[in-house]
Amino acid sequence: MRIRFRYSKLGKIRFTSQRDVARMWERAIRRAHLPIAYTEGFSPRPQLSFGLALPTGAESLSEYLDMALDPMRVAEDGVDLDSLPAELTVLLPEGLDIEEAVEVERSKVSLQQMVTSCSWTMRVVGVSRDELAEQASLLLAADTVPIMRERKGREEMDDLRPSVLALAVADASDNLVIDPSGRTVGLVAELSTQPRGVRPTELMRGLIAVSGGSSARSIDGAPTEGASSRIPVLDRVCRTQQWIECDGLRQEPLLGRVVPAGADLAMHAMERAS
Amino acid sequence: MESLWPQIEPLLAQVTKPARYIGGELGAQMVEHRCDAVSWLLIYPDTYEVGLPNQGLQILYEILNERPDAVAERSYAPWVDMEAAMRAAGVPLFSVENHYDAGAFDVIAFNLSAELVYTNVLNLIDLAGVPVRAVDRTIDHPVVMAGGHCVFNPEPLADFIDCFVLGDGEEVVSEINEVLVAFRTAAGRAAGASASTSREDMLRALSRVPGVYVPSCYDVAYDDTTGRLAGITSKFADTPDRIEKRTITDLGEWPYPRQQLVPLIEVVHDRLNVELFRGCTRGCRFCQAGMITRPVRERPADQVRTMVSAGLERTGYDEVALTSLSSADYSGIEETVTGIIDDPSCSGQVSVSLPSLRVDAFTVGTAAQIQRVRRTGLTFAPEGGTWRMRQVINKLIREEDLYAAVDAAFSQGWKRVKLYFLIGLPTETDEDTLGIVALAKQCVAIGKRYHSSVAVTASVGGFVPKVQTPFQWFGQNTIEELTRKVYLLRDAARPVRGLTIRWHDPKATAAEGIVSRGDRRMGAVIEQVWRNGGMFQEWSEYFDLALWTDALEANGMTLEDAVYRHRTEDEVLPWDHISAGLHRDFLWQDWRDALAEHGLADCRWTPCYDCGACTGYGVEHVVASAVPPAGGSQGTGQDLSTGGQVPVRFLSTAPSSAAPVDGPADTAVALAGEGRS
Ligand code: SF4
Repeated sequence: MRIRFRYSKLGKIRFTSQRDVARMWERAIRRAHLPIAYTEGFSPRPQLSFGLALPTGAESLSEYLDMALDPMRVAEDGVDLDSLPAELTVLLPEGLDIEEAVEVERSKVSLQQMVTSCSWTMRVVGVSRDELAEQASLLLAADTVPIMRERKGREEMDDLRPSVLALAVADASDNLVIDPSGRTVGLVAELSTQPRGVRPTELMRGLIAVSGGSSARSIDGAPTEGASSRIPVLDRVCRTQQWIECDGLRQEPLLGRVVPAGADLAMHAMERAS
Repeated sequence: MESLWPQIEPLLAQVTKPARYIGGELGAQMVEHRCDAVSWLLIYPDTYEVGLPNQGLQILYEILNERPDAVAERSYAPWVDMEAAMRAAGVPLFSVENHYDAGAFDVIAFNLSAELVYTNVLNLIDLAGVPVRAVDRTIDHPVVMAGGHCVFNPEPLADFIDCFVLGDGEEVVSEINEVLVAFRTAAGRAAGASASTSREDMLRALSRVPGVYVPSCYDVAYDDTTGRLAGITSKFADTPDRIEKRTITDLGEWPYPRQQLVPLIEVVHDRLNVELFRGCTRGCRFCQAGMITRPVRERPADQVRTMVSAGLERTGYDEVALTSLSSADYSGIEETVTGIIDDPSCSGQVSVSLPSLRVDAFTVGTAAQIQRVRRTGLTFAPEGGTWRMRQVINKLIREEDLYAAVDAAFSQGWKRVKLYFLIGLPTETDEDTLGIVALAKQCVAIGKRYHSSVAVTASVGGFVPKVQTPFQWFGQNTIEELTRKVYLLRDAARPVRGLTIRWHDPKATAAEGIVSRGDRRMGAVIEQVWRNGGMFQEWSEYFDLALWTDALEANGMTLEDAVYRHRTEDEVLPWDHISAGLHRDFLWQDWRDALAEHGLADCRWTPCYDCGACTGYGVEHVVASAVPPAGGSQGTGQDLSTGGQVPVRFLSTAPSSAAPVDGPADTAVALAGEGRS
């Protein structure tokens, strides 16, 4: 039996890594005495499979985890999918909240391979709203957007453009930018994850590249010395949705949650976070 | 107090491992500060990952927070990138729970487990916005305290720390709190008309608490002609001339930590830790921990079981370490570990580790039984390369015990074995040093009988003589001498396939020696190293010997005098006024016995030597079993006259296909007969 969980990661805990989160889950599962299946072999591990890694520092409303349960023990003890999210959430550290648990089919393709794109909302500093809007339209209009990306420890040139599926500055009336200071500009994007996942920091590099700046800068997108003042820098990032696209339908990774392509669940989700 | 989180948060995007600074551990106490409670900030002066697991700090954290008149939070040394960001943004040191300003606490208390963190201590005091030197502080500044193993020579930090706390902290921390309630809380001040607002009066009051040493209440005299320390004496009739450490008599009364912290990020020793016993009377002469924590006080077995099962249930950990200085010596260790393994609630998924294995086959048998996950190798610590050397240091392990242990490890599936040794020990000759390679070579040969490829690592540390031990008079080996010995070992090991020698940087050993036995004048050296940027000196990437030697020279001192010189019997030692219970004449006699290559059996199972640790304080060993553990010779009353002379026998039969081990008997003879100077 395989269960897929959807959970959020919000607040201070965003500074922990994907690996840290995996360990938090393992401890919570042991505390809950879940009838989890273990890998075979000399050093058995719980059978957990996490989806696409979330960068350390980013928040998320849409993280997924697949868990295999031991059918023998499930038959004995039973598992209640309705109460499970709440029961496990209290055992997880503050900031990790499980929203749903559903049973899914066993699949040869991992969750990570199935997801085709992610929606993100970002708070950006360093540029005005108009400047960011201009950079975004330049990027969308460009045929190619070459940026330096790290691959296997080496920096190489890659075209960002095909990976940017949607990009827009958030409307001023949107409740999206939860920043009372008004210091930041909101940005919404859908970034493809195939063949390689694009990170929001890499999107920043793309924006810099199309606006004539150099894209050679530190990984976190912080401006290097002497850079122009129009450098967008990420202040806060949230993954709002992960998508599996199949035959023109975008589907949320929990079964039975099919929505037509283009529907803006991302905006909706961000409102909930506010 | 106001949380600094809004200022801290933007810094975290720029630093490595930002989760070091967010708190949020399971077991963290989000205490509310109150005007009738003394606020404590407990600090481990190294990184979060190194400091968080410290059990001593966690115990005091809980005891203080259980009191109605105290609150406690924690802090650790920010890594260099975070410190730079904090200083640039004007953010002071903060607690990880409420993110409160460290300088606003009533007490900031450091755990001192290693000498090379002293510069971090100064840096953290400064980062808290508190004057680094104690004399410059006013009543409005926190009381700066320190406890832990290093305070048995407090003098090098005496200029910076207001008061040191010696020995077990469980009881004394409450007594200190009671004194501070009167001076530090508004309620306390209002209640007691006598409560003065002078910092001196407060420190005087603290100095009357047994086990507390307030350096400013003591006069230091130096000899005019030699410049050597002449004596440290109390200024006042009501402060003791000699400060005795605190000892809890019954560990069973202190089942702490009850709520061990479970961090969000991976730390060292990331597992449940349950202390089996405190103290160790094996009597290894180089070992300060063993000397200063006497006598042995075992935790009752049923309490250990409860702490393990409740701890696993609460934390979700799948590993428990049964800690103490020599865990296999715990009475009934076997029943204890099998009890954990067989506990149905653990459903076979919990591994138990004994961090300090004794060197014998019995212990390995236990380890094999309990280590469900054999991801690491096994580690043994023979410490000395020859039986003669091991008699000098009183680490009474016979060669056959070591080989039997290693044989048991390899035969039960381990392929990697690590051996710990010390070099630069008293009376050490090159034969003793090379004995390390000879022993390790034999271990490789044993392994080859079971596996086609094995890895034996001999990890070699330079010996630093520690205060309150029989070796406190010994002049440390020079950097050159230690380096020569390292090369000797490296060259001898080179032809041996499967053997790796690792060594500790002899320069770092020298720096440790500088601070270990210094007097109060060493404070200026530590301060200068810190002012010149010498932080995280425990970390090889930041360690810089030149900082230390320059600072020594600037203060008119030399490595020769501070580190390499043998101390004499009549010399006043800077820690003579500090007592871990051990009589000075006991230590001197033990030093003479060491030079005479005379071993001393464990006083748990043999008559008392009257070292002072029990006799002086009216306490005694708390041990459930009156008989030494089975197997092994490590001071357990067996015939120890033949440790190196016995021909090496392998206790288990080799697999038939294995080639004979070449020359074990030859090696044994070579090891036995030589090396007496
Ligand atoms: S006083 Fe006696 S029994 Fe106690 S630790 Fe010292 S030698 Fe051992």
